[in-house]
Amino acid sequence: MIISKKVEQIQPSGIRQFFDLVLGMKEVISLGVGEPDFVTPWNIREAGIFALEEGFTSYTSNKGLYKLRLILHQHLKQKFNLDYRPDDEILITVGVSEAVDLVLRAIINPGDKIIIPEPSYVSYGPVTELAGGIPVYIDTKKSNFKLMPDALERVIDKKTKALILNYPANPTGISYTQKELLELKKILSKYHLLCITDEIYHDLTYDFEHTHFITLTGAKNMTVYLDGFSKSYAMTGWRIGFACGPKEIIQAMTKIHQYTIMCVPTISQMAACEALQAGRKSVEEMKREYKRRREFIVDSLKRLGLACSKPEGAFYVFPSIKSTGLNSLEFAQRLLKEQRVAVVPGTAFGKNYDDYVRISYASSYENLKEAMARIENFLKKSLRREKHETKNKV
Amino acid sequence: MDEILEILEKDARITPDEIAKMTGKRPEAVRKAIKHYEKEGIILKYKTLINKELVKDESPVRALIEVNVIPQKDVGFDKVAERIYSFSEVISCYLISGTYDLLVMVEGKDLHTVARFVAEKLAPLEYVRGTVTHFLLKKYKEDGVVLKLKREEKRITISY
Repeated sequence: MIISKKVEQIQPSGIRQFFDLVLGMKEVISLGVGEPDFVTPWNIREAGIFALEEGFTSYTSNKGLYKLRLILHQHLKQKFNLDYRPDDEILITVGVSEAVDLVLRAIINPGDKIIIPEPSYVSYGPVTELAGGIPVYIDTKKSNFKLMPDALERVIDKKTKALILNYPANPTGISYTQKELLELKKILSKYHLLCITDEIYHDLTYDFEHTHFITLTGAKNMTVYLDGFSKSYAMTGWRIGFACGPKEIIQAMTKIHQYTIMCVPTISQMAACEALQAGRKSVEEMKREYKRRREFIVDSLKRLGLACSKPEGAFYVFPSIKSTGLNSLEFAQRLLKEQRVAVVPGTAFGKNYDDYVRISYASSYENLKEAMARIENFLKKSLRREKHETKNKV
Repeated sequence: MDEILEILEKDARITPDEIAKMTGKRPEAVRKAIKHYEKEGIILKYKTLINKELVKDESPVRALIEVNVIPQKDVGFDKVAERIYSFSEVISCYLISGTYDLLVMVEGKDLHTVARFVAEKLAPLEYVRGTVTHFLLKKYKEDGVVLKLKREEKRITISY
């Protein structure tokens, strides 16, 4: 066998085939998209073009363009009065995805455990396993998809090394208030655990101010803060993010990064500088629009009998489809074939979520309206007819 | 500017109930605020932006006209401006700094109509010293809206 055992053991995504089916289909309204529905603002694109014109086509420092690290340093200083040295406490990465991989490889010894609240973003578990660690999943279904301090404490043992906390969360849209974060931090401190926070959706928090974990008293030394430009500036395809954390961890991450990636594409880094410097007058506007969509989606789903809790951030809802009697893959496949609406089956985010689907509202209001009408059709016509037929047979 | 105005300026069809959801205000408060803005003349009108180039049998001609004016005692340019903007052919009229005084936008059903308006109505006006007419050839962007067909969807249909 040519493939390594470790890779062989990684569970292939059970919904790959479904994804292929979606990609081959036309005129689909997609609620399955994990990125903003607008293009990178022109000033940022223009900065990228300018970088190309000026011939910024060579490597940068492994850690990333010094200018970009300096701007990040200044931002964190101004906003939170936190001092992250651009030299050894900030690393520019190929999106948060690379940063997750780096930090896990940097800290995991064989058999170390990483706590991952579920449902979770797709990469945390497999990347932990690839790094030789053991993912310890906590099902959060019963607590409205929030990680509770007692549930966290219950799974901690001598092998536990870190918690990955993603908020606002993909796929549920839940987030944590400062008070809730403090309670989690207390447990982590008690057992000297590291907190890896993925706060890529932090600009999209609707009902309260987003609290960065690093701003909690005493949290800076026990946190690796991961963030990026993809969601706030609609820069997913530029593949750029960053990690801030304690010197020894960032240095260890840089060691791996320098051999595997060398550096993030230079033009993306130049464009990111513009993104941070020019500020974003459109964020508020964007948030308002998402809020409107969120209300619409949550109301519509409720009306259709697909229970879902109201998300506090990001652009996802994670409704239960239990009432339909279908599992998540069947639901997604049939909705796609019969009504041409794409959603992501819940099992993509953990094996316990076969009663759920992820719906993304990063799509125009008009599209969402049409999609909800189609889902209603699907539920009322297709499913009811079937129930009726089954009854008659009996 | 108030959030309510910002929202309506972008899309006048958003209902007060929706604005309430977007801003966290009570629907009643939103309705009251809108009434107030309408009464005060802050909200002047709700209208629709139409790309007339795509409407069949409808291709009105627009011209920008620089107008040189002799200001009048006491009322300055205002009186002349009023005599100009009162023509229904005039769709906008601004007093500007620089080498001429009034910038007037005129719309007519064809080139001939606009030319006649300038020659017969505008230029002969008392206090109008001279005019320079620029016909618009192509509209790219108007009132912050790019006049282009919808962009094709570039995102992949499904992603994490």
